[in-house]
Amino acid sequence: MNQTMRWSTFAAPSRFYRLAAALNPWLWGLAIVLAAAGLYVGFFVAPVDATQGNSYRIIFIHVPAAWISMVIYLAMAFWAAVGWMLNARMASMLARALAPTGAIFTFIALWTGSFWGKPTWGTWWVWDARLTSYLILLFLYLGFIALVSAIDDVVRGDKAAAVLALVGAVNIPIIYFSVRWWNTLHQGATISMTKAPSMAQTMLVAMLLMTFAFWAYAFAVVFTRAQALALERERDTDWVRSLAGKEA
Amino acid sequence: MWGSASEFFAMGGYALYVWSAYAVCLALMLIEPLLARRHRQQALRDAGRAPDGRSDD
Repeated sequence: MNQTMRWSTFAAPSRFYRLAAALNPWLWGLAIVLAAAGLYVGFFVAPVDATQGNSYRIIFIHVPAAWISMVIYLAMAFWAAVGWMLNARMASMLARALAPTGAIFTFIALWTGSFWGKPTWGTWWVWDARLTSYLILLFLYLGFIALVSAIDDVVRGDKAAAVLALVGAVNIPIIYFSVRWWNTLHQGATISMTKAPSMAQTMLVAMLLMTFAFWAYAFAVVFTRAQALALERERDTDWVRSLAGKEA
Repeated sequence: MWGSASEFFAMGGYALYVWSAYAVCLALMLIEPLLARRHRQQALRDAGRAPDGRSDD
Protein backbone atom coordinates (compact mmCIF):
# COMPACT_ATOMS: atom_id res chain seq x y z
CA MET A 1 0.00 0.00 0.00
CA ASN A 2 2.78 2.31 0.96
CA GLN A 3 4.32 1.73 -2.44
CA THR A 4 1.25 2.86 -4.39
CA MET A 5 0.72 5.90 -2.16
CA ARG A 6 4.20 7.12 -2.83
CA TRP A 7 3.88 6.52 -6.51
CA SER A 8 0.84 8.76 -6.89
CA THR A 9 2.30 11.62 -4.85
CA PHE A 10 5.59 11.52 -6.72
CA ALA A 11 3.96 11.15 -10.10
CA ALA A 12 2.68 14.70 -10.18
CA PRO A 13 6.06 16.51 -9.98
CA SER A 14 7.58 14.21 -12.61
CA ARG A 15 4.65 14.86 -14.94
CA PHE A 16 4.90 18.58 -14.25
CA TYR A 17 8.63 18.51 -15.00
CA ARG A 18 8.09 16.91 -18.41
CA LEU A 19 5.20 19.23 -19.28
CA ALA A 20 7.23 22.32 -18.36
CA ALA A 21 10.21 21.06 -20.36
CA ALA A 22 7.97 20.64 -23.42
CA LEU A 23 6.25 24.01 -23.09
CA ASN A 24 9.18 26.24 -22.17
CA PRO A 25 10.82 26.66 -25.61
CA TRP A 26 7.44 27.72 -27.03
CA LEU A 27 6.81 30.12 -24.17
CA TRP A 28 10.22 31.77 -24.65
CA GLY A 29 9.66 32.07 -28.38
CA LEU A 30 6.23 33.56 -27.79
CA ALA A 31 7.58 36.03 -25.23
CA ILE A 32 10.28 37.28 -27.60
CA VAL A 33 8.00 37.59 -30.64
CA LEU A 34 5.23 39.32 -28.69
CA ALA A 35 7.66 41.70 -26.97
CA ALA A 36 9.26 42.62 -30.30
CA ALA A 37 5.82 43.31 -31.80
CA GLY A 38 4.69 45.24 -28.73
CA LEU A 39 7.80 47.41 -28.66
CA TYR A 40 7.51 48.07 -32.37
CA VAL A 41 3.89 49.22 -32.09
CA GLY A 42 4.64 51.09 -28.86
CA PHE A 43 7.60 53.06 -30.17
CA PHE A 44 7.01 53.31 -33.92
CA VAL A 45 3.26 53.17 -34.47
CA ALA A 46 1.57 54.60 -31.36
CA PRO A 47 1.40 58.41 -31.59
CA VAL A 48 2.86 60.82 -29.08
CA ASP A 49 0.51 61.64 -26.20
CA ALA A 50 -1.06 65.10 -26.38
CA THR A 51 -0.48 65.98 -22.72
CA GLN A 52 2.37 63.71 -21.57
CA GLY A 53 4.57 63.73 -24.66
CA ASN A 54 6.75 60.67 -25.06
CA SER A 55 7.02 59.97 -21.32
CA TYR A 56 3.74 58.05 -21.54
CA ARG A 57 5.54 55.24 -23.43
CA ILE A 58 6.53 53.87 -20.02
CA ILE A 59 2.92 52.61 -19.83
CA PHE A 60 3.78 49.70 -22.14
CA ILE A 61 5.81 48.04 -19.39
CA HIS A 62 4.34 49.72 -16.30
CA VAL A 63 0.74 48.55 -16.63
CA PRO A 64 1.50 44.97 -17.77
CA ALA A 65 3.99 44.53 -14.90
CA ALA A 66 1.47 45.88 -12.38
CA TRP A 67 -1.35 43.66 -13.66
CA ILE A 68 0.77 40.55 -13.68
CA SER A 69 2.26 41.18 -10.25
CA MET A 70 -1.25 41.20 -8.78
CA VAL A 71 -2.49 38.13 -10.67
CA ILE A 72 0.68 36.24 -9.73
CA TYR A 73 0.03 37.07 -6.09
CA LEU A 74 -3.46 35.58 -6.30
CA ALA A 75 -2.08 32.52 -8.09
CA MET A 76 0.61 32.16 -5.42
CA ALA A 77 -1.97 32.37 -2.62
CA PHE A 78 -4.22 29.90 -4.45
CA TRP A 79 -1.50 27.27 -5.00
CA ALA A 80 -0.15 27.75 -1.49
CA ALA A 81 -3.68 27.12 -0.15
CA VAL A 82 -4.16 24.07 -2.38
CA GLY A 83 -0.81 22.70 -1.27
CA TRP A 84 -1.69 23.27 2.35
CA MET A 85 -5.24 21.88 2.34
CA LEU A 86 -4.87 19.00 -0.11
CA ASN A 87 -1.27 18.24 0.79
CA ALA A 88 -0.41 18.56 -2.90
CA ARG A 89 3.34 18.97 -3.06
CA MET A 90 3.59 20.36 -6.59
CA ALA A 91 1.10 23.09 -5.65
CA SER A 92 3.31 24.28 -2.80
CA MET A 93 6.33 24.21 -5.10
CA LEU A 94 4.45 26.31 -7.65
CA ALA A 95 3.59 28.85 -4.95
CA ARG A 96 7.27 29.11 -4.03
CA ALA A 97 8.26 29.38 -7.68
CA LEU A 98 5.80 32.22 -8.30
CA ALA A 99 7.03 34.47 -5.48
CA PRO A 100 10.32 35.79 -6.95
CA THR A 101 8.72 36.51 -10.34
CA GLY A 102 5.86 38.35 -8.64
CA ALA A 103 8.33 40.35 -6.58
CA ILE A 104 10.33 41.28 -9.66
CA PHE A 105 7.24 42.44 -11.57
CA THR A 106 6.16 44.44 -8.51
CA PHE A 107 9.57 46.09 -8.40
CA ILE A 108 9.41 46.81 -12.16
CA ALA A 109 5.99 48.43 -11.77
CA LEU A 110 7.22 50.57 -8.86
CA TRP A 111 10.42 51.55 -10.64
CA THR A 112 8.78 52.40 -13.96
CA GLY A 113 5.96 54.18 -12.12
CA SER A 114 8.50 56.31 -10.32
CA PHE A 115 10.21 57.25 -13.57
CA TRP A 116 6.82 58.09 -15.01
CA GLY A 117 5.62 60.01 -11.96
CA LYS A 118 8.61 62.35 -11.93
CA PRO A 119 7.92 63.99 -15.32
CA THR A 120 4.10 63.84 -15.04
CA TRP A 121 3.44 64.55 -11.33
CA GLY A 122 6.74 66.24 -10.51
CA THR A 123 7.60 63.66 -7.85
CA TRP A 124 9.20 60.21 -7.70
CA TRP A 125 6.93 59.00 -4.94
CA VAL A 126 3.84 59.95 -2.93
CA TRP A 127 2.40 58.14 0.06
CA ASP A 128 -1.07 57.86 -1.40
CA ALA A 129 -3.42 54.89 -1.28
CA ARG A 130 -2.46 53.28 -4.59
CA LEU A 131 1.29 53.58 -4.21
CA THR A 132 1.36 52.64 -0.53
CA SER A 133 -0.86 49.56 -0.91
CA TYR A 134 1.21 48.53 -3.91
CA LEU A 135 4.45 48.92 -1.94
CA ILE A 136 2.90 46.59 0.66
CA LEU A 137 2.52 44.02 -2.13
CA LEU A 138 6.31 44.07 -2.59
CA PHE A 139 6.78 43.54 1.15
CA LEU A 140 4.30 40.65 1.11
CA TYR A 141 6.31 38.96 -1.64
CA LEU A 142 9.58 39.57 0.18
CA GLY A 143 8.03 38.32 3.42
CA PHE A 144 6.85 35.14 1.70
CA ILE A 145 10.32 34.52 0.24
CA ALA A 146 12.04 35.25 3.57
CA LEU A 147 9.64 32.95 5.41
CA VAL A 148 10.10 29.91 3.16
CA SER A 149 13.86 30.34 3.14
CA ALA A 150 14.01 30.72 6.92
CA ILE A 151 12.15 27.49 7.72
CA ASP A 152 14.25 24.41 6.97
CA ASP A 153 11.38 21.96 7.36
CA VAL A 154 9.77 22.04 3.91
CA VAL A 155 6.25 21.11 5.01
CA ARG A 156 6.20 23.59 7.88
CA GLY A 157 7.61 26.28 5.60
CA ASP A 158 4.88 25.64 3.04
CA LYS A 159 2.17 25.91 5.70
CA ALA A 160 3.49 29.12 7.21
CA ALA A 161 3.89 30.65 3.77
CA ALA A 162 0.34 29.66 2.83
CA VAL A 163 -1.03 31.50 5.87
CA LEU A 164 0.97 34.60 5.01
CA ALA A 165 -0.06 34.47 1.34
CA LEU A 166 -3.76 34.07 2.18
CA VAL A 167 -3.83 36.87 4.74
CA GLY A 168 -1.96 39.15 2.37
CA ALA A 169 -4.44 38.48 -0.45
CA VAL A 170 -6.71 41.08 1.20
CA ASN A 171 -4.31 43.67 -0.16
CA ILE A 172 -5.08 42.87 -3.82
CA PRO A 173 -8.63 44.34 -3.92
CA ILE A 174 -7.35 47.25 -1.84
CA ILE A 175 -4.73 48.02 -4.50
CA TYR A 176 -7.22 47.58 -7.32
CA PHE A 177 -9.96 49.78 -5.87
CA SER A 178 -7.65 52.29 -4.17
CA VAL A 179 -7.94 54.71 -7.08
CA ARG A 180 -11.72 54.74 -6.61
CA TRP A 181 -11.96 54.66 -2.83
CA TRP A 182 -9.45 57.39 -2.07
CA ASN A 183 -8.25 60.57 -3.65
CA THR A 184 -5.00 59.85 -5.36
CA LEU A 185 -2.55 61.25 -7.82
CA HIS A 186 -2.63 57.96 -9.66
CA GLN A 187 -4.94 57.81 -12.64
CA GLY A 188 -7.89 55.42 -12.71
CA ALA A 189 -7.97 51.97 -14.24
CA THR A 190 -6.51 51.95 -17.74
CA ILE A 191 -8.90 49.30 -18.98
CA SER A 192 -12.42 49.00 -17.67
CA MET A 193 -15.08 46.45 -18.49
CA THR A 194 -17.83 49.04 -18.69
CA LYS A 195 -16.22 51.97 -20.46
CA ALA A 196 -14.50 52.27 -23.80
CA PRO A 197 -10.71 52.44 -23.35
CA SER A 198 -9.53 55.99 -22.80
CA MET A 199 -6.53 55.59 -25.06
CA ALA A 200 -5.70 55.42 -28.75
CA GLN A 201 -6.22 52.05 -30.40
CA THR A 202 -2.53 51.58 -31.22
CA MET A 203 -1.49 52.41 -27.66
CA LEU A 204 -3.89 49.75 -26.42
CA VAL A 205 -2.58 47.20 -28.92
CA ALA A 206 1.01 47.82 -27.79
CA MET A 207 0.04 47.48 -24.14
CA LEU A 208 -1.84 44.23 -24.72
CA LEU A 209 1.01 42.75 -26.76
CA MET A 210 3.42 43.58 -23.95
CA THR A 211 1.01 42.07 -21.44
CA PHE A 212 0.91 38.77 -23.35
CA ALA A 213 4.69 38.86 -23.74
CA PHE A 214 5.11 39.32 -19.99
CA TRP A 215 2.69 36.47 -19.39
CA ALA A 216 4.64 34.09 -21.60
CA TYR A 217 7.82 35.19 -19.84
CA ALA A 218 6.24 34.69 -16.40
CA PHE A 219 5.05 31.18 -17.22
CA ALA A 220 8.45 30.19 -18.64
CA VAL A 221 10.53 31.49 -15.76
CA VAL A 222 8.15 30.17 -13.09
CA PHE A 223 8.16 26.76 -14.78
CA THR A 224 11.97 26.73 -14.78
CA ARG A 225 12.09 27.59 -11.09
CA ALA A 226 9.40 25.02 -10.25
CA GLN A 227 11.43 22.40 -12.12
CA ALA A 228 14.45 23.25 -9.97
CA LEU A 229 12.38 22.96 -6.78
CA ALA A 230 10.91 19.64 -7.93
CA LEU A 231 14.40 18.25 -8.60
CA GLU A 232 15.58 19.35 -5.15
CA ARG A 233 12.63 17.96 -3.24
CA GLU A 234 12.38 14.72 -5.18
CA ARG A 235 16.07 14.00 -5.45
CA ASP A 236 15.71 10.55 -3.90
CA THR A 237 13.16 9.41 -6.47
CA ASP A 238 13.73 7.33 -9.58
CA TRP A 239 12.60 9.97 -12.04
CA VAL A 240 15.08 12.54 -10.74
CA ARG A 241 17.88 9.95 -10.61
CA SER A 242 17.28 8.91 -14.19
CA LEU A 243 17.15 12.56 -15.32
CA ALA A 244 20.38 13.35 -13.50
CA GLY A 245 21.95 10.21 -14.94
CA LYS A 246 21.07 11.26 -18.47
CA GLU A 247 22.51 14.72 -17.89
CA ALA A 248 25.85 13.48 -16.52
CA MET B 1 7.22 59.56 -36.66
CA TRP B 2 10.87 59.88 -35.66
CA GLY B 3 12.95 62.09 -37.96
CA SER B 4 16.25 60.46 -36.98
CA ALA B 5 17.80 57.97 -34.60
CA SER B 6 18.95 60.72 -32.26
CA GLU B 7 15.42 62.09 -32.15
CA PHE B 8 14.22 58.62 -31.20
CA PHE B 9 16.77 58.28 -28.40
CA ALA B 10 15.98 61.76 -27.11
CA MET B 11 12.31 60.73 -26.59
CA GLY B 12 11.15 64.32 -26.87
CA GLY B 13 13.19 65.29 -23.82
CA TYR B 14 12.08 62.32 -21.71
CA ALA B 15 15.07 60.10 -22.51
CA LEU B 16 16.18 59.80 -18.87
CA TYR B 17 12.76 58.64 -17.70
CA VAL B 18 11.80 56.35 -20.57
CA TRP B 19 15.18 54.65 -20.95
CA SER B 20 15.76 54.28 -17.19
CA ALA B 21 12.40 52.52 -16.92
CA TYR B 22 13.05 50.23 -19.89
CA ALA B 23 16.70 49.49 -19.02
CA VAL B 24 15.92 48.24 -15.51
CA CYS B 25 12.97 46.20 -16.78
CA LEU B 26 15.12 44.59 -19.46
CA ALA B 27 18.02 43.92 -17.10
CA LEU B 28 15.80 42.18 -14.55
CA MET B 29 14.06 40.14 -17.22
CA LEU B 30 17.43 38.94 -18.52
CA ILE B 31 18.91 38.15 -15.10
CA GLU B 32 15.91 36.32 -13.65
CA PRO B 33 15.71 33.54 -16.27
CA LEU B 34 19.50 33.06 -16.11
CA LEU B 35 19.32 32.60 -12.33
CA ALA B 36 16.33 30.26 -12.61
CA ARG B 37 18.12 28.19 -15.23
CA ARG B 38 21.27 28.02 -13.10
CA HIS B 39 19.15 26.96 -10.13
CA ARG B 40 17.73 24.08 -12.20
CA GLN B 41 21.14 23.00 -13.49
CA GLN B 42 22.53 23.04 -9.95
CA ALA B 43 19.58 20.94 -8.74
CA LEU B 44 20.18 18.45 -11.54
CA ARG B 45 23.91 18.22 -10.69
CA ASP B 46 23.16 17.76 -6.98
CA ALA B 47 20.69 15.01 -7.80
CA GLY B 48 23.33 13.20 -9.83
CA ARG B 49 25.76 13.16 -6.94
CA ALA B 50 26.04 10.06 -4.79
CA PRO B 51 23.72 10.20 -1.75
CA ASP B 52 26.58 9.55 0.72
CA GLY B 53 27.68 13.14 0.37
CA ARG B 54 30.66 12.42 -1.85
CA SER B 55 31.38 15.65 -3.68
CA ASP B 56 34.12 15.31 -6.22
CA ASP B 57 33.43 18.23 -8.55
